[in-house]
Amino acid sequence: MAPPIELNEMEPEFKEMVKERVPNANFDLCLTCGTCTAGCPASELFDMDPRKLVRMLVLGLDEEIRKTEWAWVCTMCGRCSNACPMKVDIPKLVFNMRGSWPRDKRPKGILGSCDKHIKTGNAMGVPTDDFIWTVEDVAEEIRNAQPQFKDMQVTVDRKGAYMAINQNSREPVTEPDELGPLWKILHTVGVDWTYPSVMWAGENYCLFLADDEGWRYILEEFVDHIDNTLKCPMVVNTE
Amino acid sequence: MKKFKIPHKFQFTSIIALYAQWMREGKLKVSSDWNKDLKIKFTVQDPCNIVRKTWRQQAADDLRYVVKTIVGEENFIDMVPNGINNYCCGGGGGALQAGYTEQRRAYGKIKFDQIMATGAQYVLAPCHNCHAQIHDIGHHYGGHYQVSHIWTLMCLAMGILGENERTYLAEDLKEFGL
Ligand code: SF4
Ligand code: SF4
Repeated sequence: MAPPIELNEMEPEFKEMVKERVPNANFDLCLTCGTCTAGCPASELFDMDPRKLVRMLVLGLDEEIRKTEWAWVCTMCGRCSNACPMKVDIPKLVFNMRGSWPRDKRPKGILGSCDKHIKTGNAMGVPTDDFIWTVEDVAEEIRNAQPQFKDMQVTVDRKGAYMAINQNSREPVTEPDELGPLWKILHTVGVDWTYPSVMWAGENYCLFLADDEGWRYILEEFVDHIDNTLKCPMVVNTE
Repeated sequence: MKKFKIPHKFQFTSIIALYAQWMREGKLKVSSDWNKDLKIKFTVQDPCNIVRKTWRQQAADDLRYVVKTIVGEENFIDMVPNGINNYCCGGGGGALQAGYTEQRRAYGKIKFDQIMATGAQYVLAPCHNCHAQIHDIGHHYGGHYQVSHIWTLMCLAMGILGENERTYLAEDLKEFGL
């Protein structure tokens, strides 16, 4: 028979660390009911599931917690915590697990996108000038091809516009024709809008990377540009 | 911004909420007449970031109002479960770029089964991650649905969708209204 686990010998340091950052994550309140696991599409992948993870955390199996690649398979979708009777914050736990990986060991795809976003304002790494050029080029094409949109305005950094709209970088970079439909809708409604040139992209890989510093930098740059340069009272998320 | 308590003066909203508002106010006149005889069936994905994690039931309701207005109430088939309790597509949280392809697809099997159960020919995915993931699992598991953006169908319904803006329409609608 395996020796019983001595609870008072456990030192759940990882738990204490996460609790400090997320004071209301409620890990100690887990009832082990399994509601989270039953409704989690990532259950069983890498031999892990959310209830098991919380147990491991509470028991102080810190090394396994820090190591498991499951941290990148859980999508932090929040379906578990939404249904949890004790409001245990599993997504925030996973976020902190990701953050405990050395930055250069985190998945390359996410890392690369985050780095590009910090440097260029979008995860595809397109220079801002190229973005502006593409936008103007596609708009001109539409104005010429469809007479009913001959007055359609698409601007970048137009100060005082009512709405600043973000844009996933996939469209301007890989499928610029997909930009048009949204613009036409905005034109039809008569919206007073512009794209910001600073941190214009809608994606958030630094958040996924659990790079707090990077993510905060992106947000601060964005907020400063909107509030102090463009002075748009409304920001619209397009995804 | 909430997370870091970064103060900001602007208000923050989603394009879905605005579509719904503009439709209600009559600024965006969209009719589903185009689909009256075609009867093409649509379902919609609830992106976790927009619905469960940010604007909650309000966003789920707006999303359905918008989609039903575009495709017709009788041509909309919801997933089960849906709204706040819908499943994540499996492409969120960076999963599409994390490199764990096998696990990502295993995760997405639930979404695939949900979609197949609706029998819909089109899945509208108002999030790029969802769009790419749902397309990928459809391909991987042999589904024959088409993944589209809301703006594509909205412009189609209004008769303003250009010929070059139809990448995400299947053969049945590629030429429609041209
Ligand atoms: S749903 Fe909540 S209480 Fe139940 S096992 Fe999961 S974390 Fe624990
Ligand atoms: S947040 Fe993670 S653990 Fe919770 S339901 Fe989603 S994938 Fe599962």
